[in-house]
Amino acid sequence: MRIPCPVCGDRDHREFYYVGDAVALDRPDPEAGIDAWDSYVHLRDNPAGVTRDLWYHDGGCGSWLVVTRNTVTHDVLGAELARKLKGASA
Amino acid sequence: MDKLVAKSACAGLLPLTIGGAQVTDITPSHITSLAPYNGQEAALSQALKKAHGLTLPSANEATENGAMRAVWGGSHVYLVGGAPDAALATHAALTDQTDAWSMVKLQGQMVQSVLARLVPVDVRLAHFPVGRAVRTKLAHLSVSLVRVSDDAFVIMAFRSMAKTLVHDLKEAMTSLQGRGSL
Repeated sequence: MRIPCPVCGDRDHREFYYVGDAVALDRPDPEAGIDAWDSYVHLRDNPAGVTRDLWYHDGGCGSWLVVTRNTVTHDVLGAELARKLKGASA
Repeated sequence: MDKLVAKSACAGLLPLTIGGAQVTDITPSHITSLAPYNGQEAALSQALKKAHGLTLPSANEATENGAMRAVWGGSHVYLVGGAPDAALATHAALTDQTDAWSMVKLQGQMVQSVLARLVPVDVRLAHFPVGRAVRTKLAHLSVSLVRVSDDAFVIMAFRSMAKTLVHDLKEAMTSLQGRGSL
């Protein structure tokens, strides 16, 4: 499995650390209520198909990535920098 | 105070020559990390050019001018060898990391075969030309790998991992030599 790091290029999955569903980027407002927080902390979809995960390129540039992949075909469809999606500068 | 003797992390372990490859210790006088402040990358590159005559390398590259070398070290980090000019501190956070790394040179005709056993990147010359500098894994170690000539690479690993680095290189060189003698 190879992940197309936007900084380093195509790299072997050994260089990456899997962190979990990219839902972690969408933290609810502190006052969003117990249902929103319950869902954010505990509830995860288990899709047969396209899913978005957070991966950390610890053996490379050290960037957090959002990787889109297909759990049925094992295709890696793309990767984006999490910091760009979140609008942070570094 | 008595004059202290600087001791390399690879002291007693190197040099090593096995088969067609050789590992030697490099003891740099300075390693400084440059972490540019937000949006200051271009200004830092200009300051580096003015002070040391080399530009900031782009991702996966290294630049050099005489004894001064700048190596891309990951997202928003550059490692500079040679004493850095104080003016650089206007645009970036400078950290002295001279004692934080062990640095070795892997050289010889078998260098690509040795690395092919250890790193998950393509090290053939067509894909990894002289001046390329990647962050990757060597066995289980996080390293910086720079090609300095057709048959030589400079490898940097965290200082505390020096013995493991030498061990992994030695294993690969020994098994490669064994295979060659079959």
